[in-house]
Amino acid sequence: MDREFDAIVLGGGPAGLTAGIYLARARVRTLIVDTGTVGGQMVLSYAIANYPGAPDVTGRDLSRAMRRQAESFGCTVLPLADVTALELDGPVKAVEVADEGRFTARAVILAPGGVPRKLGIPSEAAFEGLGISYCATCDGDFFTGKDIVVIGGGNSALEEAVALTKYASSVTIVHEFDHFQAQPWAVAEAEHNPKIRFLMAQEVREFVGDGSLAEVVVASKHDGAITRIPASGAFLFIGYVPNTRFLEGVVDLTPRGEIVTDDALRTNLPGVLAAGDARAKRYRQITTAVADGTVAALETVAFLNAPPAA
Amino acid sequence: MLDTNLTHIETAEQFQEEIAKNGKVMVCCGRMGPMCIPVYGVMEQIESKYPDVAFRDMLFDSPVAMQTIRALPEVRHFQGLPFTVYFRDGKVVAATSSIQSKAQVTAILDRELA
Repeated sequence: MDREFDAIVLGGGPAGLTAGIYLARARVRTLIVDTGTVGGQMVLSYAIANYPGAPDVTGRDLSRAMRRQAESFGCTVLPLADVTALELDGPVKAVEVADEGRFTARAVILAPGGVPRKLGIPSEAAFEGLGISYCATCDGDFFTGKDIVVIGGGNSALEEAVALTKYASSVTIVHEFDHFQAQPWAVAEAEHNPKIRFLMAQEVREFVGDGSLAEVVVASKHDGAITRIPASGAFLFIGYVPNTRFLEGVVDLTPRGEIVTDDALRTNLPGVLAAGDARAKRYRQITTAVADGTVAALETVAFLNAPPAA
Repeated sequence: MLDTNLTHIETAEQFQEEIAKNGKVMVCCGRMGPMCIPVYGVMEQIESKYPDVAFRDMLFDSPVAMQTIRALPEVRHFQGLPFTVYFRDGKVVAATSSIQSKAQVTAILDRELA
């Protein structure tokens, strides 16, 4: 594999793959490095309903199509890479990957995307796959005829709660606030479902069980009153956080860990741009990630073609 | 049918044969879903780095899965796809439920199947 590229894209989700397509089309030698499965959060979606021109496409198929498109233009894609070191502050940027070595380029696009937010309580990890799930479509049928809990208050939480009533005998939605962030139509659909009940303004304290989940313990945020909810399953849909821990102290981040960029998606480091869900912005969709990838790539081409400073 | 580049186990006889003839076997039993695809991807990528381990997959909803992986006592509490089971000399040495990262998979391989 080549070691020297013109541009390295860190992240193989829709932003990174789009950047790769545009860069490679512009004859920029491009390496895409992804620490996970190429496709990013797209892979975690069974069906994508709102990507223009591709109705009902699966996340996997869209990911594969984007990757194939990038590779067809000459992009090199390195998935499941363990990035061990980053040097972004000089004129030549370097990325070190375990078992693969050191790769260099004059420009880097940061597109690491987001990762599902977790509650961060010790018993959460203990019951992952043993009652705690992050994918209703994948694991819903394990809970046929059982009582379950859905944690979260956004569109995903409410939509998945309704979907899970197809399997579960009851669904308790636990939310940390006393109001939902979800759209009114999603709230209304959940409220009209007789299998769904709501516990608002609650903090999840603990998951309890012997081998598999049996109870979810929550505390009222108003008065601290403890409620023990019998549940065989708990589905967590509490949003995403930017996957930027590895960039702390490397580029400017917001207090929430989002990469700070200007309108041209440039970070505070020359030749380092950012695109996609890890960037500080309001809306995070596949379409906005694709737009980011386009802008970042075009700006990178301009950067690479600019005459050296006198 | 699973759309992967791994060898699929499709019958109970094939399963028994794989376990008997290969000292070290990793079987991922799942569907083509969001939690399973990343694990297949890890297996495909690391297959060449662990030449003495047989990497196999199995469709979760197939009869062979019911007869073999899903019937193992080690997975009786599992409630998340995929079920991934590691065998050494015919015995289960590790089993995981739900999505696993490359680091988690290689940690088990290095610890249990080294």
